[in-house]
Amino acid sequence: MPLLHHEPSPELIYGDKIYRQMGLSDKEYDMVQDLLGRKPNYTETGLFSVMWSEHCSYKTSKPVLKRFPTNGDHVLQGPGEGAGIVDIGDEQAVVFKIESHNHPSAIEPYQGAATGVGGIIRDVFSMGARPVALLNSLRFGELTSPRVKYLFEQVVAGIAGYGNCMGIPTVGGEIQFDPCYNGNPLVNAMCVGLIDHKDIQVGQAKGIGNTVMYVGAATGRDGIHGATFASEELTDQSDEKRPAVQVGDPFMEKLLLEACLELVKCDALVGIQDMGAAGLTSSSSEMASKAGVGIRMDLDRIPQRETEMTPYEMMLSESQERMLIVVKKGREDEIQEIFEKWHLHAVAVGEVIEEKVLRLEHHGEMVADVPVDALAEEAPVYHMPSEEPEIYQSFQSGQPWMPQADCLDETLINLLKQPTIASKEWVYNQYDHMVQTNTVVTPGSDAAVVRVRGTKKALAMTTDCNAKYLYLDPEVGGKIAVAEAARNIVCSGGRPLAITDCLNFGNPEKPEVFWQIEKAVDGMSEACRTLETPVISGNVSLYNETTKRPIDPTPVVGMVGLIDDVAHVTTVSFKNEGDAIYVIGRADNEFEGSALQLMLEQKASGRPPQIDLAIETKRQAQLLQAIKSGSVRSAHDISDGGLGVALAESLMDTGFGAEIELTGDPVTALFSESQSRFLVSVPQSEQAAFEKLVDDAIYLGQVTNQPSLKVATENEEILNLNVTDLEHAWKGAISCFMTKEN
Amino acid sequence: MKTAVIVFPGSNCDSDMFYAIKDGLGEDVSYVWHTETTLDDYDAIMIPGGFSYGDYLRSGAIARFSNIMPAVVKAAKAGKPILGVCNGFQVLLEAGLLPGAMLRNKELKFICQTTPLVVENNNTIFTKEYEDNEVIQVPIAHGEGNYFCDGRTLQQLEENNQVVFKYHSKNPNGSVADIAGIINEQGNVLGMMPHPERAVDDILGNKDGLRLFQSILKHWRESHAAVTS
Repeated sequence: MPLLHHEPSPELIYGDKIYRQMGLSDKEYDMVQDLLGRKPNYTETGLFSVMWSEHCSYKTSKPVLKRFPTNGDHVLQGPGEGAGIVDIGDEQAVVFKIESHNHPSAIEPYQGAATGVGGIIRDVFSMGARPVALLNSLRFGELTSPRVKYLFEQVVAGIAGYGNCMGIPTVGGEIQFDPCYNGNPLVNAMCVGLIDHKDIQVGQAKGIGNTVMYVGAATGRDGIHGATFASEELTDQSDEKRPAVQVGDPFMEKLLLEACLELVKCDALVGIQDMGAAGLTSSSSEMASKAGVGIRMDLDRIPQRETEMTPYEMMLSESQERMLIVVKKGREDEIQEIFEKWHLHAVAVGEVIEEKVLRLEHHGEMVADVPVDALAEEAPVYHMPSEEPEIYQSFQSGQPWMPQADCLDETLINLLKQPTIASKEWVYNQYDHMVQTNTVVTPGSDAAVVRVRGTKKALAMTTDCNAKYLYLDPEVGGKIAVAEAARNIVCSGGRPLAITDCLNFGNPEKPEVFWQIEKAVDGMSEACRTLETPVISGNVSLYNETTKRPIDPTPVVGMVGLIDDVAHVTTVSFKNEGDAIYVIGRADNEFEGSALQLMLEQKASGRPPQIDLAIETKRQAQLLQAIKSGSVRSAHDISDGGLGVALAESLMDTGFGAEIELTGDPVTALFSESQSRFLVSVPQSEQAAFEKLVDDAIYLGQVTNQPSLKVATENEEILNLNVTDLEHAWKGAISCFMTKEN
Repeated sequence: MKTAVIVFPGSNCDSDMFYAIKDGLGEDVSYVWHTETTLDDYDAIMIPGGFSYGDYLRSGAIARFSNIMPAVVKAAKAGKPILGVCNGFQVLLEAGLLPGAMLRNKELKFICQTTPLVVENNNTIFTKEYEDNEVIQVPIAHGEGNYFCDGRTLQQLEENNQVVFKYHSKNPNGSVADIAGIINEQGNVLGMMPHPERAVDDILGNKDGLRLFQSILKHWRESHAAVTS
């Protein structure tokens, strides 16, 4: 192997342990040496370090991820490709995936968030699908901190900047605020696409002699070692890693999207893969490894944005808006013609070879020669020690926490002002959520709904995760995360199809954190099995810690459901005066981990609400049947803040009020977060039919034309609030934080 | 009526406009790529929203040098209806087919929401199907929709009834005189920031934009009938 004059020699990399700076451990370096039968040079060391990072190899999470159910009759593509695919009938399918961009967003929030969106969009259109919707799931620290406000404002601007320019509506998502995310925000972006079965692509480099082409933007020095950086804890020195953050150009990506969707119609295309994390290295080695072949590339041909880039820099760059494709030999001109129309590079950079190696040439010399399976498949797998944290036992065995709330009016108003509960209008009004003119239900309801043009079908989609429940009990919390997502889909009139997940956790090398991962995955897996929503794609983001503490376990669930007929679309808002209001399911004294506990105690403790998946499944099925039969005018999942908050949300902007009568303890009835419950309104004429269909429906009262929320128990009024006051509290909270001087 | 929807690199409301004409209006419509040089075959020209050329330099500043633009100018001179929405409006301003310029929104943030508009002039080929001073609901979605022109231009616009739409009750972006849409003196080139093509379908909860397209069609039918009879 030749030496580039300024790069350390293989001996020096070994002697000075330079590989450690790239994130390889001593043991991993030894493995590389064994696999190659020699010491790797600088470029090769770089290739292994990024491919064996947690971000690319899942080396610590793999054993746990295997526990997820991933199969189902309707699953056309499970985990392992750019995105998962589920059949929706009529030879059509829905493609979706969620991915994190937490670490970049912590130090450069605008670009970090923007390129997170860009990356997930590419994952979807690399499958051949047209992206039809974006969602996100965001976590920030407390909005009283100027730094947090800055991160929040810039992350939202970055998401808006990229998605709006792409012309893909950002239709939904969720945002929570908690001190555990101070310094380590979470930015998870999800993309949903539509595809005809015949257009489905895979990232494989089949066919010896076929041509490897590089398409899209030129390669620069941005994002080098991004994948490695994403696999470390954030420290006070993390700001120095700013060059590891990529810079996005949504205009370029829009061109790439349109070009690639023309490309997939061309039968000269063999395989296509996004150059995401670990850029050229991952796309080339994974495409080759999956097809059981090798790839030879001439790096002099790589379109370069900067001069004198080294092989190491080119291979590790995470410059955005690029794809690697494999095309039938001799048909390169057809491909070039497509990309020329969009003023994009389409350059033949190599070929598929029989020998299963990644062979790189630069200035006429071979600069790397590495088995592709070693890079893509043979990363070490770690079975991390797992240990139940002491605090878990104290949460399980302590006395139940019971709230002291005297003035219920004030309690409800204050809950509505909690940033996690408050309206996110300030955020979603910055996202173009209507472009493509398919958004039937815009942000703010339980799930967003996007119609499938030309059919009666629509897709319901949501992201969910109440991390506080997971902090108290990761297994129960994991179940709830999946169940709540499914509830949102059902409330919108859809049948849950499958999930994508983004597992955001702390440092897995800590046994207590690894225990959280295992338990959360077990809980999610059980819920996925019971609700028949397999995991079809996902992403793992570990090392979400700052110097102080790990984040709460936050396995975000992105779920998509199918609405057979847009006539079934249902939203949270009350629709008519005189409609009967029901709650499905009874509330118990379950306040631990609740919004009320967080508000009154500033911390969570105890056992989170319990969930019985059999009851969950039954209620979801019965409610969906009632919705489809036309008995339901509005449906809302009861979550953060309990029935009280759900009632308020169902009244927002409707001009209506409600008169409710509750039984039992008023605080429990209004603010308990007992699971598997729904708030539903039903036309009077349908009451009998509805009660027959839904076993656990409890009549509460009526929608009125007086804009006030009146709640009474048998003999006294316990709550009486103007809806305008509710609206004011709920809508004003976030913009109030954002405009307040510190 | 044959309608062209011009597509620049970065246009992203082109298909919305296409379906508004095809499904909303039920008329013949085609995409026309920016490298084309003639629009002679078309009766009406739509310049859709989006981020042509990524909004680099200034919104619309690069698109206006496209090969298709001389054909747009020619069609404008020939009196064909030309509608520019959002980025399309910005292109028409840059091309000098309409007076004024766009600034960033007053709050410096992108805004997407359904917004009430007042129809200030219902005596145009684009607004005949609306009542005078009718308030309609049309979505906006822009970061640079803060219309600006000097005092003299504004006076001329007002005097000639060239202000077609104004924001009602709340000005979302800081536009001069609450202006949301203006027409040229000749009365055949309309630029507006709000998106009528997003409000043509019951399933999306709003059809207030459809009458704008119906007005164009009605005008075309009347003038077409006059020619053939």
